Amino acid sequence: MKILVCISNVPDTTTKIRFKDDNTAFDTTGVQWIINPWDELALTRAIELKETSGEAIEKITVVSVGPKTAEPTIRKALAIGADDAIRIDAEPKDAYFVAAQLAVVAKDYDIVLNGIEACDYNGSAVGGMLSEFLEYPSVSAVSKLEIENGEIKVSREIDGGTEVLTTQLPFVAIVQKGIAKEPRIPSMRGIMMARKKPLNIVEAVEAEVLTEFESFELPPAKAACKMVDAENVKELVDLLHNEAKVI
Amino acid sequence: MNFEFTEEQLMIRKAAKDYAERELIQDVLERDAKAEYPTRHVKNLAELGFMGMLVDHKYDGGGMDAVSYVLAMEEISKIDSSLGVIISVNNSLVCYGIEKYGTEEQKEKYLKPLARGEKIGAFLLSEPEAGSDATSQKTTAKDKGDHYIINGVKNWITSANTASTYVVAAQTYPEKRHHGINVFIVDRNSQGISLGPHEDKMGMRSSDTHSVMFTDVKVPKENRIGDDGFGFTFAMKTLEAGRIGIAAQAVGIAAGALDRAIQYSKERKAFGKVLAKHQAIAFKISDMAVKVENARNLCLKAAWLKDQGKPFGLASAMAKQYAADIAMEVTTEAVQIFGGYGYVKEYHVERLMREAKLTQIYEGTSEIQKIVISRALLKD
Repeated sequence: MKILVCISNVPDTTTKIRFKDDNTAFDTTGVQWIINPWDELALTRAIELKETSGEAIEKITVVSVGPKTAEPTIRKALAIGADDAIRIDAEPKDAYFVAAQLAVVAKDYDIVLNGIEACDYNGSAVGGMLSEFLEYPSVSAVSKLEIENGEIKVSREIDGGTEVLTTQLPFVAIVQKGIAKEPRIPSMRGIMMARKKPLNIVEAVEAEVLTEFESFELPPAKAACKMVDAENVKELVDLLHNEAKVI
Repeated sequence: MNFEFTEEQLMIRKAAKDYAERELIQDVLERDAKAEYPTRHVKNLAELGFMGMLVDHKYDGGGMDAVSYVLAMEEISKIDSSLGVIISVNNSLVCYGIEKYGTEEQKEKYLKPLARGEKIGAFLLSEPEAGSDATSQKTTAKDKGDHYIINGVKNWITSANTASTYVVAAQTYPEKRHHGINVFIVDRNSQGISLGPHEDKMGMRSSDTHSVMFTDVKVPKENRIGDDGFGFTFAMKTLEAGRIGIAAQAVGIAAGALDRAIQYSKERKAFGKVLAKHQAIAFKISDMAVKVENARNLCLKAAWLKDQGKPFGLASAMAKQYAADIAMEVTTEAVQIFGGYGYVKEYHVERLMREAKLTQIYEGTSEIQKIVISRALLKD
């Protein structure tokens, strides 16, 4: 069994967001790049499965659509424990374009893992599109993934409970928080090995770009916190009703 | 000239930072209060490779350079410098000394488990009456042909209780003064070794510190490191490298206090505006930041020289003295910025201030560093 983990190279979650070109593009000046946190959890789960399932999992590959500047992030995934990596050499323009690229390599794998969204544009679209391209079954919002006697068991949170499913291979899992407890910290050995593991660069295929960014804007700055005396419920209700307009 | 870190160095810094911010922070206050040894963390950090990160791959170490080590030490010590000193002693005193001067047999038997972090090492040089003046060793090692017999007392020994492998300095030829000193690898379980009570320290309370008594402890001759009488040179050379780790630890303590002071200054209001808008506070932050940056650069330079195979003794003494002294200043200022909150344990800065004090004392006091520095500059 082979696992593919699709990873996005995204700005660190503490990045101060700025725009350029008349608010039509994200300003990447001084930005630190990381593995998308949901993808990192997916990778952690893949490694846990490989460690606990004996010989069942042959290898874990990570794939990312991005330019050469994304390679440190890909190597971080190798340091954490992926066996090899593929970089599809293209700017990840939109979800459709990225899914089309991933589909080319993903067809060789039994389990394809995607984070539920990426913390840059939060489109939540690549995983679903990818499974359509591949014509694989997919399960979204997976918070648990196990292999029991060669059978895949996934759990997902639904309103008021948990749904447990089994699925055939190959399949696409779109994973969310809970899939692994926390991302794994790479060991010294892993960090030193990262450069020795294969990182294959693949040419992009022709694919349409279906979306275009018109403009971005920042959410309004948070208003100052207003303190209301604990005794004064009437004032609180009044403020919530007339000023915050939430009740 | 290049101030860029490599991808690996950045990954190591991030790994150390992630572990510290995720794990060490959770029980650092409790361990400080109870003076409790961080068993779980030492095990985890050993698995990640931090306990022997400077040791060559062929001896099961991480094979990392000193620059990576400085970056890791800073991140760990920002949150918990007790872990900083445990890592530092194992790496840059015990492992470094055995790797550089030990025989292949010694490396195979002792260095490998230390580098893997399965065993912890301690460095036994200080004595009740020989701290800074390491030449006047009272502990004796009598040559008995195929073995030595060690007698005496060692003081202020980091990891004395947890360590399984001791590197011990003792006097074989008192008439030769420091040229008569030898250093031995001693198994902690050897007959005749006993520990004094756990020292109730002001700071770095989560590291275990004891005195160690030797009564007719038999040590095989093959456990001596280097030629007969090499001990003092061994100790000085090892401490030269050890200083880089302690300097980086001091930078971490100072940087941790600075980070906390910056955050607090942006949140806490006084006279209708946040502290950061009061120039008296803003200027303090500025002064603290310049000191931290200076100390960090001195440390990195010493580490870089070591990585290049160039002499680094002067640079490491400068880094250690400056970083320790500014750690004391910066943490004191951080407490001042926090005011009353800084004086209570919950806000960490008082702990950092207590921890900073030790960096001016151990592995060569600031005054000893000034002797090292001035002698290097003033010699004919």
